[in-house]
Order: sequence, then C-alpha cells, then structure tokens
Amino acid sequence: MDAHRFRSSDPIAWCPGCGNFGLLKAVQKALEKLDISSNKILLVSGIGQAAKLPHYVIANCFNGLHGRALPVAAAAKMVNKELTVLVTTGDGDCYGEGGNHFVHNIRRNVDITVIVHNNQIYGLTKGQASPTSDPGVVTKVQTHGVILERFNPLELAVSLGAGFVARGFVSKNDHLTDLIVEGVKHNGFSLIDVLQPCVSFNRKNTYKWYSERVYDISEDDSYDPCDKIAAYVKLEEWEDKIPIGIIYKKDKASYHEKSGLDKRIAPVEEEIDAIDIKSVLQDYLV
Amino acid sequence: MDADELTIRIAGEAGQGMQTIGTALSAILKKGGYYLFTNKDYMSRIRGGNNFMQMRISCRPVDALRGRCDLMMALNRESINIHKGSLDKKGYIIADKGKFGIKEDTHNIIDVPLHKLALKTGGDEIYVNSVACGFIASLLHIDFSIIDATLTQIFAKKGKEVIENNRKAAASGYEYDDLHREKPSYKIRPSDLPEHLLIDGNQAIALGAIAAGCKFYTAYPMTPSTSILNTVAHHADRFNIVVEQAEDEIAAINMAVGASFAGVRAMTGTSGGGLALMGEGVSLAGMTETGVVIADSQRPGPATGLPTRTEQGDLNFAIHLGHGDFVKAVYSPGTIEEAFYLTIKAFTIAERYQIPVIILTDQHLADSVYNVKCFDLSKVLNKRFLISKKDAECTKNYMRYALTENGISPKAVPSWIKDVIYADSDEHTEEGHITESSRVRVSMMRKRYCKRLDLLRNEITAPAADNVEDADVVCLGFGSTRNVIKEACAVLKAEGNKIGAVHLPQVWPFPARQLQNLFNGKKRIITIENNAGAQLAGLLRRETGFAAESSILSYDGRPFSVDSLMDSIKERI
Repeated sequence: MDAHRFRSSDPIAWCPGCGNFGLLKAVQKALEKLDISSNKILLVSGIGQAAKLPHYVIANCFNGLHGRALPVAAAAKMVNKELTVLVTTGDGDCYGEGGNHFVHNIRRNVDITVIVHNNQIYGLTKGQASPTSDPGVVTKVQTHGVILERFNPLELAVSLGAGFVARGFVSKNDHLTDLIVEGVKHNGFSLIDVLQPCVSFNRKNTYKWYSERVYDISEDDSYDPCDKIAAYVKLEEWEDKIPIGIIYKKDKASYHEKSGLDKRIAPVEEEIDAIDIKSVLQDYLV
Repeated sequence: MDADELTIRIAGEAGQGMQTIGTALSAILKKGGYYLFTNKDYMSRIRGGNNFMQMRISCRPVDALRGRCDLMMALNRESINIHKGSLDKKGYIIADKGKFGIKEDTHNIIDVPLHKLALKTGGDEIYVNSVACGFIASLLHIDFSIIDATLTQIFAKKGKEVIENNRKAAASGYEYDDLHREKPSYKIRPSDLPEHLLIDGNQAIALGAIAAGCKFYTAYPMTPSTSILNTVAHHADRFNIVVEQAEDEIAAINMAVGASFAGVRAMTGTSGGGLALMGEGVSLAGMTETGVVIADSQRPGPATGLPTRTEQGDLNFAIHLGHGDFVKAVYSPGTIEEAFYLTIKAFTIAERYQIPVIILTDQHLADSVYNVKCFDLSKVLNKRFLISKKDAECTKNYMRYALTENGISPKAVPSWIKDVIYADSDEHTEEGHITESSRVRVSMMRKRYCKRLDLLRNEITAPAADNVEDADVVCLGFGSTRNVIKEACAVLKAEGNKIGAVHLPQVWPFPARQLQNLFNGKKRIITIENNAGAQLAGLLRRETGFAAESSILSYDGRPFSVDSLMDSIKERI
C-alpha cells in the first residue's frame, strides 16, 4: 500500500521516538485506504506538536490557533460539504484551551473526525500537566504532583451524545489506522483519543506503561459498543487496564441532515452576483 | 425648532407594548405623508422597569432626535414622573387617569380611558395599544382609512377577529373626544411620499450582508448586536445562508474564519465585550490572510457596562484589535444607508484584500429608524476575488502565500483546485508551511502588512463634508453622530455661524490625507463623540498632527439630541 501519496516534503519537527510519528503513519495509511483525493481532504489543527501533523500530509491544511481547531473545522464542513474534514489536535489543545468547543461540537455533530494526540502532558511548552495527566505526576508547575481529577474525554463524549467514541494506541498502528478509517466513514462527530507517548516530558506514561495496559476491546465478544452504560463502565478503566478500539458507536442524524444542508447545494457553490435582495426589501417598504 | 414637527414619547414598563405601538404608529404616520425618526431607550430586563420609544414627526426629512418631547403617552403611572422633565413647557401627557388612580387636576394631562376603551371594543387590555394609536393619529388629523389599512396589514396573520378588534379599538381612540377640554391639534403638512424603507441600523447591516452574498453568519447573542443575527436568520433559508449560534465569541470568530477559508463570505457580530474575546481570532484572520467581516455594535463599557445603551467607546480598541502588526479596515456608518452600503463594501474589501474588516456601529444607530429611499441595488455587483471554479481547473503549483507584485496572493477554494492549500497561523513560507527563517519572516511581513497597508490607504471611503469650505469651525465625528452633528451645524449655520461638519464613515486606515486636504491646517476643529476618552481627537492628533481645539463628549449612555448638541457647540464657538 502506498501511503507515499500523502506524505509531504515538509521536514518533520518532532523529537526522535515521538509517538506522533506513529500517528502520522496511521493517518497516511488511513487516507490511502479511504482512497479520497488529497484535494478533497481538509486537516485542521490548533497549536502544539500534534498540530504540526497536517503539514506532513498532502491534503488541505488549516493550522489555526491553540484550542480553536474545532470551530474552524465545523464551519468549513458546514459550507463546503465536499471536503472530508479531520482534526488533529492534542490533549491540551482539545480538552484544555479548546474545552468549550469540544463540548459544543459534539452536540453539533458535524461530520468531522477528531484525532486527539493524547500524551497526557504539554510537550511544546515543555512539560506542564495537561487535563489528561494522571494525578500525582510532578512537573515544574505542579511541583507537588497533579491534584486535579484526570479529564476523561471519552466518557464526557459519550455523555454528550457523541456517536463514535474510540481510543487508539500508536504502537498498535494497524488497529489505529482502521479506527481512523471507521471514524471518517462515520457520518457525524467521531472522536479518536490516541495514546501517544511523549518521550521528552512524560516519564510516567511511556510506551512500556501503555503496552502493559492496553487491550483490544473487540476481543471481548460480550462487549456491545452500542450499549451506553457498558461504555461508561469500560471508560472507568484506566490504572490497571486500558481498553482500545471503538468503545461506543451510535448512528444518529448529522448536522447536515438535521439542518437540511445535505439536501441543498453547498453554500460555497452559490453564485452571489445576482442576489435578489429586492424582494426582501419589499417587506420593509412602507 | 418650529411647528413643522412634533416629538412624541411613548413610555411604560418593558413588556407593555411600546414596540407594537411604535411599529404601527410609524407605518401610519409614514403613510399619512410624514417623515419620522424613531429611537428606542430600554433597560436591560424583560419585564418592568421603564422603557420609551421616541418619535419625531416632520414635514421634512428628520434623522436625529430632539431633547424634549411635545407629547408623552404614559402607559403606566410611573412614566409620568420619570419623563415629565423631558416634556416641553407647552407639552401634554396622555394618560389613563382612571386606571392610574390620578385624582388631581393636572393641567397638562389629557385623560384618555385607554383601558376602558380597550375592554369595551376588543374585550382585552392588549388593545390599549391600538386605542393609543388611534388617539394619537387623530391629534395629527390623519385619515382613519390609513389607520385601518395599516392595522389590517400588521395583524393580517392573526385572523379576522383580531384585525376587527384592533380596528374597533383604534376607532374608539380616534373618535374619543370627551376630554373636558380642547383636544390638542397638530397640523403638520403632509407630503405625497414615495415608498420608503423603515428599517433600523442593524437591519440595514443584516440586509447588506445578505445582499453582499454572505453565506455564513455566526454570533453569540449580545445586546445590541443580536438583531443582526435575528434578521439574517429570518432570511437565511431563502439565500442558503448557514446561520449558527456560537457557543462563545471565540468560536464565532474562528468559525467565520473557517467558513471563509473554505470559500464563502463569512461574518460575525457582537458588542465590545465579545469583540474583546475575538482579539486572537482577528489576528488569525490577519496572519492567514482570510477575509472576514465583524460587526461591533457598541454599548457603554467597560466590562458589562450599560448593556442596552449607546456609546462610541470602542474606537481605539477596534482599530488596534488583535496582537501583532497586520492590516484591517474599520468602517463607522452614520446613517441607515451607510449601514447597508458599507457592509457590502466591507465584504468586498475583506475578500479582495484578504483582511478582517470591522463595522463599528452602536445601539443608537442599531435601534434608530427613519424614512430612507429604497437602496440602489444597481451598485451591488459582488465581484469575487478568488480563483473561480473554472480557473481552478487549470491552476497548477498553487501556493497560498505566493509572493506577488502587490502582495496579495490569489485565493483558491479548497476542493476546487487540484492542488492542496496550506494555511497557517504560524509564520509561514509561500507554500504555507511553518518557518522560523528571518528572511522569510521579513518578506511575509512586507507582503502581508507593509504593502497591504499602502493598498488599503488608497481604498479609503471619503469623509462626508458639509459647509467646510467657508467654515471657521468644523465639527468632526464618526459613526452614529453623523445625523445629529449635521443637523446641529446646519441650524447654527443658518443662524449666521461659520460652521461646518465632517463625518468619518471609515476610521481605519485613517483618512489622514483626506482630512489634511479638508482642514487645510486652517480650521478650528471640535470633535463630537459618545465617549469619555475623546478617542477621535486622540486618533486625529496621532494620524494627522491636527489638534482638536476641544471635544464635546457625552457618555451617559444616551445619544446626543440636536438641542443639547447645539447648546454645547454654542458654548465653544
């Protein structure tokens, strides 16, 4: 399989051994599998090491502000539905700075696929805790160890009504590739939280730490990803074992279906040189 | 002034129907052949308190408010005390003395039993509004057929019974003459008027956006900008406009940028506090060279301030909004027409120069209505400044930030061209990838900022000047003070003063060259502004070197009235 078609020539700025390399590979392989033309793909990112990923892929790219990828992605998809829109963001970018957009874009259910590079730390700013950091982790700021509850993005997403909630691990690369493919295929907001070790700043949650804990949820025949309560229970698992795979899935009407945008021509295709404002002005004439 | 005009103030609690009376009366008076100017004064609450609507009626075009009213309709008892100070010495208060329990004989209260009449004709107190309309119209000797036709039109959707009740209620008010005194009579000469638009400043902005081909409008509701959102939403289906309420103002500006990047004309609207949240997003638009339009409908600050009142306190803030050096344009419409046409211009400039453009308006213009000729749509061309779908087919080796002669890189719509587009909030190469090269940084700043600023300086909407040539003193303003300054200066000139007025419909880039030509270094300049910081005077000084001799400042949350402004100007000249 030739993922070369999606690899751009921009030199990569990540640390050797960074979990992002695996994520990049999975994204490229997934795009190859999906066989979508590169000019129809839009990768949106915020700021952080994760946010550099779109530059390394041959696809449209909007690398915006820290925490603000989701509004850009949602709006771009709303007006230009021909684009397949993915967001590559980080745990700080998506769950911290961008928290409010995370919550409300799940509610909007615009057809975008959100891939979160979750390394449980702030990498680019050199080692502060992130919302998903484990309690007790010591940093230059959290000098006595993190005392805040660990942010549980997948459980929050399920409770907000997200229709595709999944977790991946960069070392299980083919598995992650398939999750991305499924996420893109899902019509609506898809969340894929990806365990992605930061070799420079996260001394606790390393490749070894994750490898000892992750297990593929689909190996459990009794698990039903359509069962919301079962999903809540699964998503409480963390310290000893971490389930990866599609944790929760439910087909529901997307933003475009609910708003009728799927039936109309995309706003971007509208000609604007002959807007019939005259008939509207009639309403206001006395 | 003179007996060719009349100012009516209708006051009561929020929720009492001032709005309804105002709309009906406006239509009735316009059809009766009058020019009118209405403005709204309301509190930040849904019920109770005290709000009023003021209507200036004239045989000549009027577009600014008077400081005193000639007639006051009190919809509740409290209004009498609250507003009697604004009533002209020879003015009258229309009140339902029976309902309000007023037993004293007060010489200037005209007792009209609105509630009794409403119950008698329509069987419900809600008809008080129509009774009031009928009574007021009768004082102006407007033909009842006009009232009849107007109410029929307004209540068309509510069915025959409601129309008939309103008609009967209005008739009872119109015919009521049991006043135990002479009924006031106002004979203002009507004219044979063509159809006029009766819309407020916010509606004009919304209609301008629609006319300009805006296809994405997003906002977080914030007084006094919300009616732009409502008006666009009302017409959205018809024009295939996506209207999406944002979860916060940061989402709003970023969504507008995203929609614009994806190929449509996009806009958001807010007030000062929301604009503050949009700072980084506006900077993003500048850095990524994404055109976007932002309406700031100002209200008094700082912070929450006076949510429903008016001010021009965001001037400095708006022109400097967003960190770093990048180009933006800021328009400051002062009339209903400017609100419409400048909004259309904003979209053209935003798209052509790939910059954020702010429309600086305020609660006063947002909520003012006066007769306006229907807009000349032949001027609305909506030429696009991006690579068309047709040209996209043969576009090759596309670079979003290609260095060009004039600094503007052709904009492609993602999915239309075969190539991919990289856009970045980091400093970037021509291809759009992240760079830290000092050489590239300098060339990008020259492209995006230096060259573009020069281009924008050649695109300035000229200041409007009245009687400046022969003037010794020039009153300078921007935005919604346009009409009141113009009228005050015209009257003062007629009284023999050598005075002129200049209005700035665009405050950024600042029209330095134009003002240098106009003022010629020889005029005495007085700035007139609704803020405490004399911001326009400061801006004038920084950009042209001209020092205003003084500034007339009002920051009580209310607009200038012609009368108070004239007094203030006279004190200084």
